[in-house]
Amino acid sequence: MTTLLAPKKLLEVTVDGRSVRVFEGSTILDACRLLGIETPTLCYGDTLTPVNVCRVCVVEVEGARTLVPSCSRRVEEGMVVHTDSERVRTSRRLVLELLGSSVDLSTAPEALAYIDQYDAKPDRFGADAARVEHEVKIDNDLYVRDYSKCILCYRCVEACGVDHQNTFAIAVAGRGFDAHISTELDVALPESACVYCGNCIAVCPTGALMSKREYDLRQDGAWDEEAQEVVTTICPYCGVGCNLELHVQDGEIVNVTSPDDHDVTRGNLCVKGRFGFEFTNNRT
Amino acid sequence: MADLRLLDAEPSEIERGAIDAVLGAPPATNGHRTARADRGSRHLLLPALRAAQRRVGWVSEGALGYASRRLSVPPAEAYGVASFYALLALEERPADVTHVCTDLACALKGATVGPGELPSPCLGLCERAPARYRTVAGEEPYEEQLPAEAPPLPQRDGLRLLRRIAAGVDPASLDAYVAAGGFEALARARELGPEGVISAVTAAGLLGRGGAAFPTGVKWEAVRGQAAQPHYVVCNADESEPGTFKDRVLMESDPFALVEAIAIAGLATGAVKGYVYIRAEYPLAHVRVQHAIDAAAAYLDGFEIELRIGAGAYVCGEETALFQSIEGKRGEPRNKPPFPVEFGLFGKPTAVNNVETLVNVPEILLGNTTETRLFCLSGSVERPGVYEVELGTPLRELLELAGAGSVKAVLLGGAAGAFVGPAMLDIPLTNEDTRAADLTLGSGVVIVYDESADLVGALLRIAEFFRDESCGQCVPCRVGTVRQEEALHRLAAGRPHADELQTLAELAQVMRDASICGLGQTAANAVASAITNLGVFAA
Repeated sequence: MTTLLAPKKLLEVTVDGRSVRVFEGSTILDACRLLGIETPTLCYGDTLTPVNVCRVCVVEVEGARTLVPSCSRRVEEGMVVHTDSERVRTSRRLVLELLGSSVDLSTAPEALAYIDQYDAKPDRFGADAARVEHEVKIDNDLYVRDYSKCILCYRCVEACGVDHQNTFAIAVAGRGFDAHISTELDVALPESACVYCGNCIAVCPTGALMSKREYDLRQDGAWDEEAQEVVTTICPYCGVGCNLELHVQDGEIVNVTSPDDHDVTRGNLCVKGRFGFEFTNNRT
Repeated sequence: MADLRLLDAEPSEIERGAIDAVLGAPPATNGHRTARADRGSRHLLLPALRAAQRRVGWVSEGALGYASRRLSVPPAEAYGVASFYALLALEERPADVTHVCTDLACALKGATVGPGELPSPCLGLCERAPARYRTVAGEEPYEEQLPAEAPPLPQRDGLRLLRRIAAGVDPASLDAYVAAGGFEALARARELGPEGVISAVTAAGLLGRGGAAFPTGVKWEAVRGQAAQPHYVVCNADESEPGTFKDRVLMESDPFALVEAIAIAGLATGAVKGYVYIRAEYPLAHVRVQHAIDAAAAYLDGFEIELRIGAGAYVCGEETALFQSIEGKRGEPRNKPPFPVEFGLFGKPTAVNNVETLVNVPEILLGNTTETRLFCLSGSVERPGVYEVELGTPLRELLELAGAGSVKAVLLGGAAGAFVGPAMLDIPLTNEDTRAADLTLGSGVVIVYDESADLVGALLRIAEFFRDESCGQCVPCRVGTVRQEEALHRLAAGRPHADELQTLAELAQVMRDASICGLGQTAANAVASAITNLGVFAA
């Protein structure tokens, strides 16, 4: 039996003085993107359920007491939105300053670009401002976790959990400024439920999670993103047909990713697709 | 989740027994597989962890692993939950632990943390400050509030909500409650039906007493009209706003009234079940409310009310964080909308009301509609305690009732409220008047500071409180509360950065504007008001 769904209603909203009609259920961010209005996002991921925790995507909705997260707030008929008011800019700038003053963003290109764009000054809180500090965790051959680079966007937790992998190896632990991503009782990854799919690496916006290969090259000062070529292919291991993007530097594969908009993978891979390339580097 | 990797450590027999006492004996299982009967029972995670800790004094790896196995909760998530709550210990410690309140009212009375004792945020015992909370694990675990003796109500006249307490009606006796007119309102509610109850509550203009002053009738009507089933009512008794203890007094000394009120709320909203979520630090309230629920069964007509107990997290007083906590998750507030009336406990339409709000309802149905409010007086007053006055009573009159001397400042509404200077004491205590003056009645907190008080010290304690209690979910609150505290320390030490006050003002604006929940949104209120209203840090 075919169930006929009622056609989706179109709602008219105004963003920055421009009117747009979007389907009921769309978010303010969807409306912004339709209009080509650039909106910064850090915790939002195209393939993940929005958790609206980073608060850099906030916008002003007329009649609302506070600013609202555009990534998750659904549009309502007649909503009037301002994305570039003084209030919005102040909020975005300060949120970026709070992040920049507490977390190592050196491998977070998006965040650094926003800091530049919003003229944020993370050093305004002084040299004594408390920072998130963790020892780098290297407890397996495939990837490295440096939580002093973590902005707690929850994307890895979602990717490991119900949004993608359903492995549940990691969760947020602790509270407040001490909150952090952790396995149970902080056990090493090999002791945890981790299956090394690396889908957490794929969604990490700050480089807190990184393949061991990339980490080692960076440590040696040999990582050169500009010199890398991206080759698209299909994973050779099984019949699923995952699209692979091989990141090649100096004739060697240094990373493997899959595009978010690929129908089969939605950016996800398994341990073989993401890490099983070392044999190609064996030239003897 | 059959292939979940689980913590290997086994619980001791004692821990297993304590957890099984909450979850029931383990059903037959296939190896590590969770039995079908236990699936969907995640909401029992906190009760299970609490039971283990009450038995052996802490949550061991074995206990955590066993609870997560029984409930099919991934161990990483169970650890995330356990490490969220301040009162759950994940490292071994003595069975007998004393938590010393170092918060605002107790600090004014010289609270000191002795060796081996743990500092604590407000314990809600401000009328007998300095206060302590002792937890003793073992075969017969118990918790106690110290000093154990509650002082009598300081006020005798003009009482409405507090009248049974003042008259000394035995809080442990159903007969005494019934003899004092108990359950007449519930009978009246059954005559009126849901619509009749809601229109009476709306007509009386009842506004929520938890801080947000939302119209109760509107909330109930919205839940009643939801097509999604089932509906729930939740009583928010996680009273943790520093300086607040009125709900504790109501629950300890008049628990049947709360049970009756929850049953009426259930009837009005078409709820199948009611929950009462009481903070862990109120052991006497747990006993009294549970007893009242059990004893009143004959009057409840099958309506089930379940007591849930917190584990040390101020943020769980935020309604959606409270739902998360009951559901066995970290107490992280949800983004709103959707609001609880639509998407509440277990994702179902839920009416959530504070204790004081609820106990107003039986009074309204019995025609006793004078609007009174409870205030919690503490600090530099001769007669601290809960006072009940008509809405609109000037603050000064309330201070005189409690015997305040010279007043340097009053903290009105709690740590999330604001400081009032001596020039503003004639303000009438209404939602409208306080709002117009950038103040709030909040949860009815009135902490009095006399001329000798260290206001900067109080501000530092408030900043520390919010930094400690932030759930850590959103950036403005997680990092903003830290930066606020750092800036205050520099100001207090006389070594401010350039534009320090400007930085504080900007932090206040952004925490208010961009935080997910009320905790972050109000974390700068008291500090900002002290600078504006009291001239603290004025050059």
